[in-house]
Amino acid sequence: MDLTLRIWRQPRHDTPGDFVSYQVTGVPEEASFLEMLDLLNEQLSERGEEPVVFESDCREGICGTCGLMIDGRPHGPWGNTATCQLHMRAYADGDEITIEPWRATGFPVIKDLAVDRSAFDRIIEAGGYISTPTGAAPDANLIPVDKATADRAFEAAACIGCGACVAACPNGAAQLFAGAKVAQLNMLPQGQPERYQRAANVVDTMEAFFGSCTNHGECQAACPKDISIDFIAWLNRDYRKAKLSGRQAG
Amino acid sequence: MIADLDQRRAVGPEIHGAAPTGDLAELWENHQLDLKLVNPPNRRKFKVIVVGTGLAGAGAAATLSELGYQVEAFTFHDAPRRAHSVAAQGGINAAKGYKADGDSVERFFRDTVKGGDFRAREADAYRLSELSVRVIDHMTAQGVPFAREYGGGIATRSFGGVQVSRTFYARGQTGQQLQIAGSQQLLKEVGAGRLTLHTRTEMLDLIVSEGRAVGIVVRDLVTGEIRPVTAHAVVLATGGYGNAYFKSTLAKSSNVSATWRAHKRGALFANPCYVQFHPTSLPLNSEWQSKVTLMSESLRNDGRVWVPKEPGDTRPPNEIPEEERDYYLERLYPSFGNLAPRDISSRAAKAQLDAGKGVGPLRNGVYLDFSDAIARLGRKTIEDRYSNLFELYIDATGEDPWTEPMRIAPGPHFVMGGLWTDYDGMSSIPGLFVGGEASFNYHGANRLGANSLLSASVDGWFVLPWTVPNYLAPQLGTDPLPEDHPDVQATVRDVREQIDALLSVGGTRGPDYFHKELGDLLWDHVGVERNGHSLAKGADAIRDLREEFWRDVRVVGHGQQLNQELERAGRVADFLEMGELMALDALDREESAGAHFRTEYQTEEGEAQRDDEHWASTSAWAPAGPDGRPVRRSEPLTFERIALATRSYK
Ligand SMILES: Cc1cc2nc3c(=O)[nH]c(=O)nc-3n(C[C@H](O)[C@H](O)[C@H](O)COP(=O)(O)OP(=O)(O)OC[C@H]3O[C@@H](n4cnc5c(N)ncnc54)[C@H](O)[C@@H]3O)c2cc1C
Ligand code: SF4
Ligand code: FES
Repeated sequence: MDLTLRIWRQPRHDTPGDFVSYQVTGVPEEASFLEMLDLLNEQLSERGEEPVVFESDCREGICGTCGLMIDGRPHGPWGNTATCQLHMRAYADGDEITIEPWRATGFPVIKDLAVDRSAFDRIIEAGGYISTPTGAAPDANLIPVDKATADRAFEAAACIGCGACVAACPNGAAQLFAGAKVAQLNMLPQGQPERYQRAANVVDTMEAFFGSCTNHGECQAACPKDISIDFIAWLNRDYRKAKLSGRQAG
Repeated sequence: MIADLDQRRAVGPEIHGAAPTGDLAELWENHQLDLKLVNPPNRRKFKVIVVGTGLAGAGAAATLSELGYQVEAFTFHDAPRRAHSVAAQGGINAAKGYKADGDSVERFFRDTVKGGDFRAREADAYRLSELSVRVIDHMTAQGVPFAREYGGGIATRSFGGVQVSRTFYARGQTGQQLQIAGSQQLLKEVGAGRLTLHTRTEMLDLIVSEGRAVGIVVRDLVTGEIRPVTAHAVVLATGGYGNAYFKSTLAKSSNVSATWRAHKRGALFANPCYVQFHPTSLPLNSEWQSKVTLMSESLRNDGRVWVPKEPGDTRPPNEIPEEERDYYLERLYPSFGNLAPRDISSRAAKAQLDAGKGVGPLRNGVYLDFSDAIARLGRKTIEDRYSNLFELYIDATGEDPWTEPMRIAPGPHFVMGGLWTDYDGMSSIPGLFVGGEASFNYHGANRLGANSLLSASVDGWFVLPWTVPNYLAPQLGTDPLPEDHPDVQATVRDVREQIDALLSVGGTRGPDYFHKELGDLLWDHVGVERNGHSLAKGADAIRDLREEFWRDVRVVGHGQQLNQELERAGRVADFLEMGELMALDALDREESAGAHFRTEYQTEEGEAQRDDEHWASTSAWAPAGPDGRPVRRSEPLTFERIALATRSYK
């Protein structure tokens, strides 16, 4: 199929960007969306034009590197899939597709479609872990975890850190990402000692980079891993308790 | 022997892995007593570079930082969590013996050595098995949501090549869960101000001074800045080189450059020809495809592999009656059946494809059928076990494995080869340590499923943090080399020159073109099966391709910016050198062992025929000398605990 692509081009983070239209020809229907962009880049590079910068790695929906705003939807039209899993059978010959980077204050554009998501790492640094020095752990089965809790923790832990939730949010909030991490750790027995401190530190750091949550719910709809907004309630509850009991971020 | 082998390579003196001797069961514990320690207050005085934040790198960096060393960690990814370990699906092995099914450290060790077809160091394999137990404890304490039984204990399952249930898993996303936990520990250290992390920063060379590894040269991928970083020791945990084949199960940006450039500075490269082809990859749909998608091998626990009995049968699978199907793994390997080890399963599949029994539009796959399991266990159970894998399959192919069998095929997946290291994980360059898939020990000529997340974790959390200090201790009072030292500056210059060279070829084809061509050559000549004449031809063709690359590669843009073409070009240049060594190593090793199957060396039953008299050894390659010939050195392997035997999975 032949397609028209409107793609955001921006040479550097501190220069203005704009949409540029490209024709890409001979796209096979079995191709993935990113393979279609590979093809475009090959065609650009053959003409001596700079290829479009976009990021990807595993191309299996697990590393969270890819992530494009496609016709205004994070990760495109399919739902519950990452950009790399979207395939061209979703499109028809002659379609026009608009492709943009994530847009959020917390994620500055680096170049073209690539953004800087390192603010997510700042959140993890603040409390998205269980402190457990190497070598200190007891036998794993000394900490029983009932199956329901383990399964629920897994569902929260399935987040791939792609940032679609932030991109989808009208406020650019990161509650779904942060909520999923805090909920995973705070519901497990191993996470109890640092539970409230964790919630307080994560929220305080998050607010330094991202907007505030006003319960739009766009995040869950955009999330390729169907992370539930219920986890945000966990985060809020533990954060409130932390603040009530006077635990300071530290 | 291939007539011109001696013109292609030289043979150097033996090398030894410095594994201590004695009772294997006590080796590591005793050795730890011999390793030198550094006093806690003195640890801040040492700086260690860790390249890579996968399971191996994150573990080593976080632990060394916790111990008090100054650690600087590097990754070309935008975040530590994205390292390729994140993509592992099936699970991680440990000899916990939770299932009372006769498993033990000893049995796990034997399975590993036997699975590797007796081409791994016994002492290293034993340590892997012994420390596996602690890895599960440590990862559980970090909050990894391993699958649980209803009673609250951790669940396990069995995985290709073994008859016990020792694989720990988190649905089909075990690697993701371990990797995210590991990077959280790393980030915890960053947050505490003890560890410096450099993301989007690629190591492009190793600095060697007076025979020791003293630093690295890196390029900031966003600004293009090239700079040296010096330290007391360097750890490479940069993953495997399976992407040499272009279409592999690895992530797109996985590459060999870190280890290859260390090799060019003198580090021996071990067993480059040992490549594992995964039997449950998805068959390619067409030649423009950018990678191979892996379906976890855990699927073989419940799926049955078959092809039509008649070649060229084009009926849809559900119209082929039971008696016209050949469940060839169950037929050929009755005791292991669909769980036969990877190398054997891949070769068996290739044989079916070669016999014209391939299925699917391109006739390049075999079926993996769940209908029996669904009928027996119910859809709910199968969903619990594999739902995300089934979804992955549906997304990738548009076909529904609930109603018709999956199609699978062998795909390049994992490399057992890597930088040669001694028992302490130190390469042949003092001060250069290697862990995880970047190194070679443990897996011999074939890796057991779920043993690689384990080896990366063991190296990272429990080996390197003990052995690196042993190297550091005597250096107390020395400083890292200053940046203006001539050896540092010379390496920086070399890196700049290479980048300028890539940018100035001004050819007509992008780096991916050469990478795909290389992949095809490797697949054809250094693939599931090899033979001497084809290997020699392959090596020559790779050399020609490399020359063409340097005449005709086109890199658009400049170096002072984010330039993905430039990054790729540098990586492909290294793959083109590496590829030739892979072919040469396969040509040189005149036997079959594990995943290295030379058609000239097979038993009457068509199984790998080892030559223990001449080849019970690791090949460790030194870079080419002035005459252009790489030098093969050998580390002899002895088997004391477990007798050399022919593998049989019949
Ligand atoms: C699809 C798939 C599924 C798998 N499933 C399983 C499984 O179920 N069980 C199992 O045991 N094994 C599995 N494996 C194998 C296993 O995942 C890997 O061998 C293991 O994760 C490797 O870990 P590592 O830490 O050595 O390297 P990686 O996780 O690959 O990390 C490499 C790191 O090095 C960095 N790096 C590399 N080069 C440079 C450079 N030049 N400069 C800076 N940084 C650099 C990268 O950024 C990254 O951080 C699977 C592999 C694949 C491909
Ligand atoms: S919560 Fe979902 S959308 Fe947000 S980062 Fe995680 S996986 Fe992506
Ligand atoms: S490239 Fe890894 S999730 Fe898309």
